[in-house]
Amino acid sequence: MESVLGRYKNLIVLACVLVAQVLGLAVQVKRTTDTQSTRLIRIWAVSSITPFEKVLNWVHGGSWNLWHNYFYLRGVRAENRELKAEIERLRLDQVRLNEDAAQARRLQALLAFKEQFISQTLPAQVIGSGGSEQSRIVYIDKGQRDGLKPDMAVITVDGIVGKVLKVFGSTSQVLLIDDQSSGVGAILEKSRLQGILRGTSAGEVVLERIMTDNPVQPGEEVRTSGGDRIFPKGLPVGTVTRVGNGSDLFLSIRVRPAANLSKLEEVLVVTKLVEQEPTQLQTGPVRAADILAQRLPSVPDKPAADAEKPKQDAPAKEAANPAAPSPGKTNPTPRADVTPNPRSDSITPISPKSSGAGATVLQPATAHGPAPAPVKVADPIQPVAPKTKPAIPPARATEPPAQNGPQ
Amino acid sequence: MPITYTSGEQVEVYRFNWLITLGVPATALFLQAWLPHQFPSFALLDLPLLVTIFFAISRRNPISGLLTGGAIGVFQDALTGLPIGLNGIAKTLVGYAASSLGVKIDVENAGARLLVTLVFCVAHKVIYFTVARGMVNLTMHWNWPHELWSAFVNAIVGVFMFYALDRFKLRT
Repeated sequence: MESVLGRYKNLIVLACVLVAQVLGLAVQVKRTTDTQSTRLIRIWAVSSITPFEKVLNWVHGGSWNLWHNYFYLRGVRAENRELKAEIERLRLDQVRLNEDAAQARRLQALLAFKEQFISQTLPAQVIGSGGSEQSRIVYIDKGQRDGLKPDMAVITVDGIVGKVLKVFGSTSQVLLIDDQSSGVGAILEKSRLQGILRGTSAGEVVLERIMTDNPVQPGEEVRTSGGDRIFPKGLPVGTVTRVGNGSDLFLSIRVRPAANLSKLEEVLVVTKLVEQEPTQLQTGPVRAADILAQRLPSVPDKPAADAEKPKQDAPAKEAANPAAPSPGKTNPTPRADVTPNPRSDSITPISPKSSGAGATVLQPATAHGPAPAPVKVADPIQPVAPKTKPAIPPARATEPPAQNGPQ
Repeated sequence: MPITYTSGEQVEVYRFNWLITLGVPATALFLQAWLPHQFPSFALLDLPLLVTIFFAISRRNPISGLLTGGAIGVFQDALTGLPIGLNGIAKTLVGYAASSLGVKIDVENAGARLLVTLVFCVAHKVIYFTVARGMVNLTMHWNWPHELWSAFVNAIVGVFMFYALDRFKLRT
């Protein structure tokens, strides 16, 4: 017996080690569906490797910054001039886009759409990779201590990058969108066709689940659809590069990611998303007086002592643009004998039947500040249904509450 | 003839300082994780595999070779997002085979090393893909030109790396 063991010692040890690893592999495969726990070996491996990666990145980034920020400044003046011109052009674009966005919000509010907004992001630096062609993951230098959690979206200014897969103490593992186990809800920008974005084993990104009878052209932009509940809707994903017939009845659509996934340096982790319905303030049910005020010369208000105070508190921006009502400003009690000021907050009828003939009970529709008691207005005003498209949009849509919209 | 058949007594068995035993695999694992981030084309290399082959053919002890390969592979798996054990199993087998081969043949010259590393790189890929597809059900496509090119590049790098690591060998 001993001679057999001695003779086949190597093979026996090999078999034992292999069996142990196969068992370990089997346990992992079985457990991936019902637990999110991280194996200790992963924590050890990541904890021992990432500090060195952080140091090397710091040295590498520091020397690079020193060279680029202090020594290599050739052409900076010319670049500065170009950037200033670009800023002017972008400002003009921004004005137009703000108008479009305001219009979109009004329409969304009319349809009671809910929308996700990125309200908080955390910048992080990519410090390493998984080191394997089969697993497309990167490590970032922010972790549990910074408030990161699994399944948080990771983006750059160019487009989406991936999602947080595992979170360690001071580092996190990010699954890139070109990994074959990733999946992102995506939508084609022009044709509005929705599909699932997946990575392939070759590191390419494909859009799946789009039927062959749909016309898709190379060059079309792909954006997030928000259907995966990880990425908010509307973030750039990439561009269609090739369209072919795939398996079954679906197209094979190759997508070039908008973010350069092979050269990631700084990323943003979306740590907080808010879901909200555009408020009525943004759409503003229209009062008859507002419509009249737009068409006729307005009657100036009688200056009231208490009405002046909120105006003093209003920001300087609003003073320059008096047509825009302040979000925090509530309507002073309107006087029944005076035409309501079109610049004050909009009023929504709450119950036309509850008042007597020729009088409508109104209350301010603003979401900000305390709502004053309903008041009676002598003028009969046609009640405007809250979900009905107004005949004429408000003269000036109030800026939405401060938030970072999807980029 | 690059590979010469020798008897067990003729081949030399080497050992390594514990610092080298731990430091070289750790450095290889670190570089494997860090270099592809800086230079994406470095993902073609498998430095932990080269280290496994080097220690295996130098020590010429199958148990030592398979344990070294297994440990390096498991550690490498831990850095990826894939199940732990894929590289572990592949490198265990490669470590065992390389050390067994090292007992029988002399792999001290460049030609032998190039050929041995080339063969083991391809073998490693085959084992890895078999386990990944057969056990873990990962979707992977075998691309012969890519795998052969990757094995060839690894073999070239391996030859230079083995010569650099030779200076740390200690005679038993």
